Amino acid sequence: MSISQEGIHCNYLNEMDLVWDRPDTFTDTTLHYCPGCGHSVINRLIMESVQELNIEEKTIGVAPVGCSVFAYHYMFIDMQEAAHGRASAVATGIKRILPDRIVFSYQGDGDLAAIGTAETIHTVNRGENILMLFINNGIYGMTGGQMSPTTLKGSITSTSPDGRDYNQHGYPLDITKIIAQMPGSAYVTRQSVDSANAVRKTKKAMMKSLKYQMDGGRGVCFIEIVSNCPSGWKMTPTESNEWLRNEIFNHYELGDIKQLPKLKTNEI
Amino acid sequence: MTKSSGHIIINIQKCKGCELCIIECPQNGMALSSNINQNGYHYAYLAEDICTGCTNCALICPEAIIKVYRKKKSKILKQPVSTL
Ligand SMILES: Cc1ncc(C[n+]2csc(CCOP(=O)(O)OP(=O)(O)O)c2C)c(N)n1
Ligand code: SF4
Ligand code: SF4
Repeated sequence: MSISQEGIHCNYLNEMDLVWDRPDTFTDTTLHYCPGCGHSVINRLIMESVQELNIEEKTIGVAPVGCSVFAYHYMFIDMQEAAHGRASAVATGIKRILPDRIVFSYQGDGDLAAIGTAETIHTVNRGENILMLFINNGIYGMTGGQMSPTTLKGSITSTSPDGRDYNQHGYPLDITKIIAQMPGSAYVTRQSVDSANAVRKTKKAMMKSLKYQMDGGRGVCFIEIVSNCPSGWKMTPTESNEWLRNEIFNHYELGDIKQLPKLKTNEI
Repeated sequence: MTKSSGHIIINIQKCKGCELCIIECPQNGMALSSNINQNGYHYAYLAEDICTGCTNCALICPEAIIKVYRKKKSKILKQPVSTL
């Protein structure tokens, strides 16, 4: 047993089992995200879920424009890049042409809830049989931290230097609650990745949604993940997670908003 | 000497020093090195031999660079099933 700043050397590793390692569906490429960014965790979680369900050969992901634009570098499955805001429309096309494939889209709040609002609403309204992942960090991370529709009151961004003012900028858009009201959505939940337990819950929601799609379930599964942007928020990663817990989750409450329906046997 | 029931191996050259794993370790066994890696980040390391193999650090690590080991459940090797 030797302890150094390289870590502890363990000389009885052969008596242990490897219980966690990077999934094979997640490439070895170094992630381009900022230190502590939730995008990295969420990119990995969807790949972990795909691997656990053994569907890497038949899953197709659609990457957005935003910080996660390079998601296809990390996800070792078939991927398609979409124009800004259009990931759910592209995913619709893929799923309709290849209905036996498992299709998911991955989008930020600027992508899904600003420029892509029309595509988002109409994808859900058509009840497409896809999984939509919505990473809500309340800011346009990629372009330098501008205010987004989901930014909360008082938040300082590069386009709201005095904080978001409801009179001037309007109210935070709770698109997830809108989607939950629509008949085209099957499962709507709001999760986070700010702690190990939150990560476990988010993965469960992903597994549930993918299984539902594999079983031929109808309608959109929609997972919002309320996440951080340490760079845009001008915080350290740990501060950004505390901010999420102390402020943001009070507004965007976590939990299931619409429960998954039980599948009738003739649908399977 | 008592053996800890878990162990982690961090790919320190890929660590970005975000410290999320350090906060998440329920045993408070991790620390940030005063050294830096090839990319100039202070990296996290297991500083105390009290790991239980809970996987919390690995789950929160954005870079997915932590391997977690846990002591085998039972020391008694299972007898191979007879094919006779
Ligand atoms: C048609 C079009 N308009 C504007 C842009 C500029 N642009 C790139 S990313 C982005 C916002 C991304 O924000 P978000 O979706 O919240 O993702 P994040 O970077 O925060 O993960 C914008 C406006 C663009 N690339 N294409
Ligand atoms: S700018 Fe924000 S959202 Fe983009 S990678 Fe950095 S921390 Fe993540
Ligand atoms: S969570 Fe990962 S990247 Fe962050 S300090 Fe720990 S090992 Fe490094």
